[in-house]
Amino acid sequence: MFRKPKRKLYSLIFVLPTFAAFVIGFIYPFFSGVYLSFCKFRTTSNAKFIGFDNYIKAFQNEGFIRSFWFTALFVIVSVVLINLIAFFVAYALTLGIRGSNVFRTVFFMPNLIGGIILGYIWQLIFNGILKNYGTNLALNANYGFWGLVILMCWQQAGYMMIIYIAGFQSVPGDLYEAAKIDGANKHQLLRNVTIPMMMPSITICTFLTLTNSFKLFDQNLALTGGAPGVVSEGGTMVYQTQMMALNIYRTFYENANSRGVGQAEAVIFFIIVVVIALAQLAFTRKREVQQ
Amino acid sequence: MAKVQAIPKEKKPKKRQTLGMRILTILFSIISVFYVLPVFIVLMNSFKTNAGISSEPFSFPNAETFYGFKSYITGMFFGNFPFYKTILCSLFITVGGVFLILLCTSMCAWYLSRSNSIICKIIYYFCIFSMVVPFQMVMFTLSKTADTLNLTTPWGILIIYLGFGAGLAVFMFTGFVKSIPIEIEEAADVDGAGPMRTFFGVVLPIMKPTVISVGILETMWIWNDYLLPYLILDKGKYKTIPIHIQYLNGSYGHTDTSAIMALIVLSIVPIIIFYFSCQKYIIEGVVAGAVKG
Repeated sequence: MFRKPKRKLYSLIFVLPTFAAFVIGFIYPFFSGVYLSFCKFRTTSNAKFIGFDNYIKAFQNEGFIRSFWFTALFVIVSVVLINLIAFFVAYALTLGIRGSNVFRTVFFMPNLIGGIILGYIWQLIFNGILKNYGTNLALNANYGFWGLVILMCWQQAGYMMIIYIAGFQSVPGDLYEAAKIDGANKHQLLRNVTIPMMMPSITICTFLTLTNSFKLFDQNLALTGGAPGVVSEGGTMVYQTQMMALNIYRTFYENANSRGVGQAEAVIFFIIVVVIALAQLAFTRKREVQQ
Repeated sequence: MAKVQAIPKEKKPKKRQTLGMRILTILFSIISVFYVLPVFIVLMNSFKTNAGISSEPFSFPNAETFYGFKSYITGMFFGNFPFYKTILCSLFITVGGVFLILLCTSMCAWYLSRSNSIICKIIYYFCIFSMVVPFQMVMFTLSKTADTLNLTTPWGILIIYLGFGAGLAVFMFTGFVKSIPIEIEEAADVDGAGPMRTFFGVVLPIMKPTVISVGILETMWIWNDYLLPYLILDKGKYKTIPIHIQYLNGSYGHTDTSAIMALIVLSIVPIIIFYFSCQKYIIEGVVAGAVKG
């Protein structure tokens, strides 16, 4: 396609705009971010290399540890719930019941609304309900946790449902017929035909819910903003419903002296996300069958 | 990523509705009502006074709490940064960003997958890599870079979006280009079309379905994005919708809840109308995106 003499010219036209923006928007910030995590700095120009100090401080930061456990628990609960709900709703909607298309459209709708706005909508609703019991979302970390879970289910279940529906529709009908002739009952059909054939969709959906929940920021910020905050024994403020992304953001911008620590936390966060994503892919991939 | 084939839906003959199916229909109808209820509650509250919202958030506005369209008017022209400017700003960034991403990354992806050089391979793997990296990892250095390069305007942020959104787009486009038989392009070449003409006349039209799905995914992302524009834009001069709403809620002394409700309505009604008018493309685009991603 690209003949020799003009090859350079065309590579410039086709690749350079994206590549230049990619360097500005990703490659340079990423590598300088990794470098800065080993430095003490307030701005990028006065960075001083200090080795692993930031990482040690990050692991001593109570807020960060708390946000890690909060995030881990939230991810487990929401990934399981969202996928179960989405899977069974998708199953029901592919049975051919009346109004399937309308339901599909309605369940997908919350995905188009941004995280910040969703957070405030649900804050209004939860506080409206909790008011009757003389309390509100900012007073108890449990309310914040389950509020966030409900919000995420409401938002993400529709998206995953759409993917599962496509998966169900791609299972060849003759597989079911063959299994029925062999005398399989409904339960066996689901376990031995549907679920193995659905593994690719399950891989995609768990991957998406896992990474989305882990990186959650907007909804967390708008719904509770981390409240309630409790002053720990060490004298630092520890937010009870703060997820990792929000914690890192706060370490960065609420105290200019802890920026190095914030950057180190970001690197740790990045490594956790990558490891979990890869492990999950490897785990569900193994269970996929060739069509 | 994984192999699922999205089979185009055929018109099935209407199935006989058994009792169980009827019950499911009723059940899902009830759930659907609960699904749209939050949006409806916000709509209802946008016509109430602040006191009305905090005392009875779930009831219809009555004579005492009815506020009419006043909250819309205060919300629209509130403070030194009126909301209509915000809407225009959001619209510009989303349309501009998506257009730029579609144009540049589709060209880039085509070149990358038709050229075998090692540099192209490296760029491609970096694109995939960038998809899993959380934004917090680059937020500080990215905002500093944008500051240095003077990219803090709605024009400048388009370049950041192109860079940060390139990963997903390049990945999806390359996946599709690989499925296009190279003979088509060779035929165009023999007929004397240069690479430019081959791309815009032959390849791009074939890529249309992927263009739609990338376009939809990127639109949903950019329109709703909060942290990136918050850190990069010069907030005294420009705001996007999520920034504006967060600003009104957070740092302001007394929050005008009814004005916020009105603004939330103003910012989600256009999306919902847009969604219901072309939901078929949106849902198919999302499926195609997920299946390839």
